[in-house]
Amino acid sequence: MRKYVIKRLLLSVLILVLVTLLIYGLMRALPTSYIEAIARQKSQQPGSRSYEEWMELLTASYGFDKGILAGYLSWAKEALKLNFGDSWFYTVPVTEKFNSVIWTSFTMSAISMFFEIAIAIPLGIIAATHQYQRADNIISVIAIAGISLPTFFFASLLKLVFSVKLGWFDLYGMIGRNYEQLDAFGKFLDKAHHMVLPIVTLVVISIGGLMRYTRTNMLEVMNADYIRTARAKGVSEKKVIYHHAFRNTLIPLVTIIGGSLPGLFSGAQITETLYGIQGIGLTSFNAMVAGDIPFSMFYLTFMAVLTLLGNLIADILYAVVDPRVRIA
Amino acid sequence: MEDENKVVEEVESGSSEPQYSLNDDRRVKVLSPGRLVAKRFFRNRIAVIGMVILIFMFAFSFLGGVISPYRQDEYFYKIEAVRKAYATVTKNVQYRYTALSPEYNAVIQAQSLNANNQGKDSFSYGGKTYGVVYEGREFYSVTLGNEMIGFAYQDIVNTASGVNPANDYLYAALKAYSNEESSFEYEGKTYEFDDIGNILLNGELQGFVGRYIVSASSPDVVLTQDFKDRLLETIEEGKDVFKYTDESGTEAEYDLTFDPSKNSWSVLQYTETTVFDRYSPPSKEHWLGTDGKGMDMMTRLMYGGRVSLVIGFIVEIISTIIGVIMGGISGYFGGWVDNLIMRIVDVFYCVPSLPLIIILGAAMDHMHVESQLRMLYLMLILGFLGWPGMARMVRGLILSLREQEFMTAAEATGLSVNRRIFKHLVPNVIPQLIVSMTMGLGGTIITEATLSFLGLGVKFPFASWGNIINDVNNTFVLTHYWFIWIPAGVLLLLTVLAFNLVGDGLRDAFDPKMKR
Repeated sequence: MRKYVIKRLLLSVLILVLVTLLIYGLMRALPTSYIEAIARQKSQQPGSRSYEEWMELLTASYGFDKGILAGYLSWAKEALKLNFGDSWFYTVPVTEKFNSVIWTSFTMSAISMFFEIAIAIPLGIIAATHQYQRADNIISVIAIAGISLPTFFFASLLKLVFSVKLGWFDLYGMIGRNYEQLDAFGKFLDKAHHMVLPIVTLVVISIGGLMRYTRTNMLEVMNADYIRTARAKGVSEKKVIYHHAFRNTLIPLVTIIGGSLPGLFSGAQITETLYGIQGIGLTSFNAMVAGDIPFSMFYLTFMAVLTLLGNLIADILYAVVDPRVRIA
Repeated sequence: MEDENKVVEEVESGSSEPQYSLNDDRRVKVLSPGRLVAKRFFRNRIAVIGMVILIFMFAFSFLGGVISPYRQDEYFYKIEAVRKAYATVTKNVQYRYTALSPEYNAVIQAQSLNANNQGKDSFSYGGKTYGVVYEGREFYSVTLGNEMIGFAYQDIVNTASGVNPANDYLYAALKAYSNEESSFEYEGKTYEFDDIGNILLNGELQGFVGRYIVSASSPDVVLTQDFKDRLLETIEEGKDVFKYTDESGTEAEYDLTFDPSKNSWSVLQYTETTVFDRYSPPSKEHWLGTDGKGMDMMTRLMYGGRVSLVIGFIVEIISTIIGVIMGGISGYFGGWVDNLIMRIVDVFYCVPSLPLIIILGAAMDHMHVESQLRMLYLMLILGFLGWPGMARMVRGLILSLREQEFMTAAEATGLSVNRRIFKHLVPNVIPQLIVSMTMGLGGTIITEATLSFLGLGVKFPFASWGNIINDVNNTFVLTHYWFIWIPAGVLLLLTVLAFNLVGDGLRDAFDPKMKR
């Protein structure tokens, strides 16, 4: 087991190196006119350095004066020390900006994941136990509609109905107009109030996938021999479903949920952008659109790490949870 | 095939049931695998609904653009009536002064006005006593001793020639007019007033007198006397619309609005200006109205659907081709080739695609890449980022197929590697490939729409469902113009839904192990 984990970890590190190299290469491959445009733009801001100074700074700070490989090595050396440089767009160290926004995203994602699990798994089980009946059809259609809903359209609809027509929520932002006058509890409530629509959006958009996954796996288990045996023994249907079948369905579910845990940190780019939630998604979106290379490099690397971590956790959990899986 | 047709025919004719022996092949209805799949697919009602939606979408996007009378980049204009100030009519409420001698200076004018307002008939100033003589309505003269030094009045006397009238003429005219007499004498001639204050001499217009000043609002407008007369008549009648037909016979309508603070009427003329027909609501000409640039929404939706579908297909084809080649090689050869390709797949799998495309989109924005070229790049990038999933799937399938007996048989017959891969392995992968392509299409269309929505995908002048919905970033559009973004969103949702439903249906149909 330990050997397997170590092997996977080493492989992940190798992949991470290759991914960051690829991203770095891509960033470098962006035509230099892009950098020049930014330098020109920056030099035109009041009280800024001159264009030449900016060019020099930009090329030097990211090793653009060296070759791609050398530049990458110098970037990687700093990155290992968790030094990702200063964000051009936010003009603070990248990691500092990151620390100030990540928890908003995490809270939002965690809450919506909780609701997602709490709603999707029971519905998935109901669908599987009533296969091809009306409940199953309705749930399947809802699931597939959730998958098909474009986030931005759904968010706009929610805004139209609940913010504009009913006036229950604000259109944008994380805090209300009179946030500063509120006491601590009021501030908390105000923030929670502004989180409602984004969380509803996230839950509805992501619920379909888990629901279908639960249904498929549950169906597979329900067709297994040991379920037939249990039924033949005369075990009550309730017990068959919740003791025999569901526990076995948990194996793939735990694996996939465990694998998506790192994703809680990745933020929801579109949702945050649409609702003006100051999380990592919106922050990185603004940075990327503004051509903030240090922040973009950091964000892409961070996302790659999260993906790798997710895969790793899923693989390890799979081996841990399912006693039938033996890893040499 | 022929057998089958015969049976079907005979079954349809019904009356003469053919008598076959029990072990006769013709008793068994034979269907090709393709037909079986089709049959299973069409039995699935939800999938058929998806299919119908897709057919509709394709017709809407590809035929719609041909049928629609408009082009996707056609602007529409509308004529907007703008009320513009044409003339102003001011009622004079200030006294005007005419001095007959220098004695009647500004101070005396003010003093006399004061005395007149208080109803006195004399006042003293500077040791002298002046007399104030009531001459008529808002008309008085000022005397010093017995001599008249000047007079003050509110009615205005103009001459037809435009020269200032002589003082005596002025006095005589005012005296008569303010006392509502119908004529006055001057230099032995008798001048007459008509109803609206024109001064006539033997029926010839000499000038006019009245309380109103009519002036044009812009220097290039010359107001004729007739126009002024008609206008004053209308104002005195208290109407607020003024119709005027000029000499050449053109009729014009003016609005009169009274401003009490200035004691004046504004004469407003409707002038027609051509503007973009922006955000016009659904109508007969524009079934879904027009957008913020004055383009027909319905036509934009049709062309947008074309773009969304074409991009979806091309992206899927690119990623499928790369995926099948890489996955096929990897699965068939195994060993170090497999290992290498799978690590490449792992690397690509880890590259966060949406952020990467956003960065590239922003870079293209900076470089002002042309819209058409941009669309091409978008397809290439999306296609290139999409292949790892496909490659993994194909590899998995081929790994299991490779071990089956028919492959051993193929190898034993000495078929070439190419033939074994493309004639024996790939056809077995195709069902799965079609399913995952169909499902993938929905996802690709959403990705493209999301990018276009963020303004980083398909750009104006090309329409795409995403960049049509982009208008909701303008809160006013979100709240007031549902017809701009809701139809596009619904079409997008339906299309993606339909691809997913059809994909599901196909998977069930291809996989007989699934019960349906």
